[in-house]
Amino acid sequence: MQIFFSMEGKQLWARIKGELDLENADTFRQELEANLDHARPEVLVLDLTGVTFIDSSGLGVILGRYRRLKKEGGKLIIYRPQPQVRRLLELSGLGKIMTIMNENGEQIGEGFNNGWSAIRN
Amino acid sequence: MGGQQSGIKNKMILEFLSVPENVGLARVAVAAFAAQVDMKLNELEEIKVAVSEAVSNSIIHGYGGDPNGMVRVEVERNEEGLVITVEDKGKGIEDIALAMQPDYSSSPERMGLGFAFMQSFMDHLDVTSEVNQGTRVRMFKNIEKVVEK
Repeated sequence: MQIFFSMEGKQLWARIKGELDLENADTFRQELEANLDHARPEVLVLDLTGVTFIDSSGLGVILGRYRRLKKEGGKLIIYRPQPQVRRLLELSGLGKIMTIMNENGEQIGEGFNNGWSAIRN
Repeated sequence: MGGQQSGIKNKMILEFLSVPENVGLARVAVAAFAAQVDMKLNELEEIKVAVSEAVSNSIIHGYGGDPNGMVRVEVERNEEGLVITVEDKGKGIEDIALAMQPDYSSSPERMGLGFAFMQSFMDHLDVTSEVNQGTRVRMFKNIEKVVEK
């Protein structure tokens, strides 16, 4: 897994490449935390274009950062997840509480209600 | 469980140390085994997630992060589908029904969705566990005949 960070205005972009599972969950979390601490963005955009696999370990890290940003008055946006990744976001319920956007900047996945109500805001 | 009585067409056994690097190894090996017959891409993705969750559970919960445990993954293909067994000799689960609830998790950064994904993506799931003996997760995935690839 690799992450490329950049600031675009008040948005911190994290372009992630590879697979998000138990093997790299700690690195994924630490790199995001370090960059959030440093950049203090209003919005964190997780660009998942290059993510080919995710499981609950990776989803857990995303949920943790969502909670942090929410607490600090910020926002987390998921950008361009591949279909299999998007499906897990939706099944997990994360798709219901987070903004998911496609390449045109349009919100997708809203109103999907198959998620387990496992996520407590 | 469907297909248990049918003849075995192929079988694979994989054993490895309970280190996180092996989660990817296990799911890729099982997916490659599954792909010996025509399967929908979507089904392969589902199998990968289910295996990833089961092996992660063994490493995190079964062995509590101790890298010296062994995880065993057995896959059988019969006429009806794949039987995937993931086994550890870790600390076991005291209350399986509770552990399988979607929002049950022993840590705030984990989502407690492992079993929910396994249940959702496989056609059958059963879990047996004994405290201080280990846990065995058995999953069955139907193989639907794919006419066109």
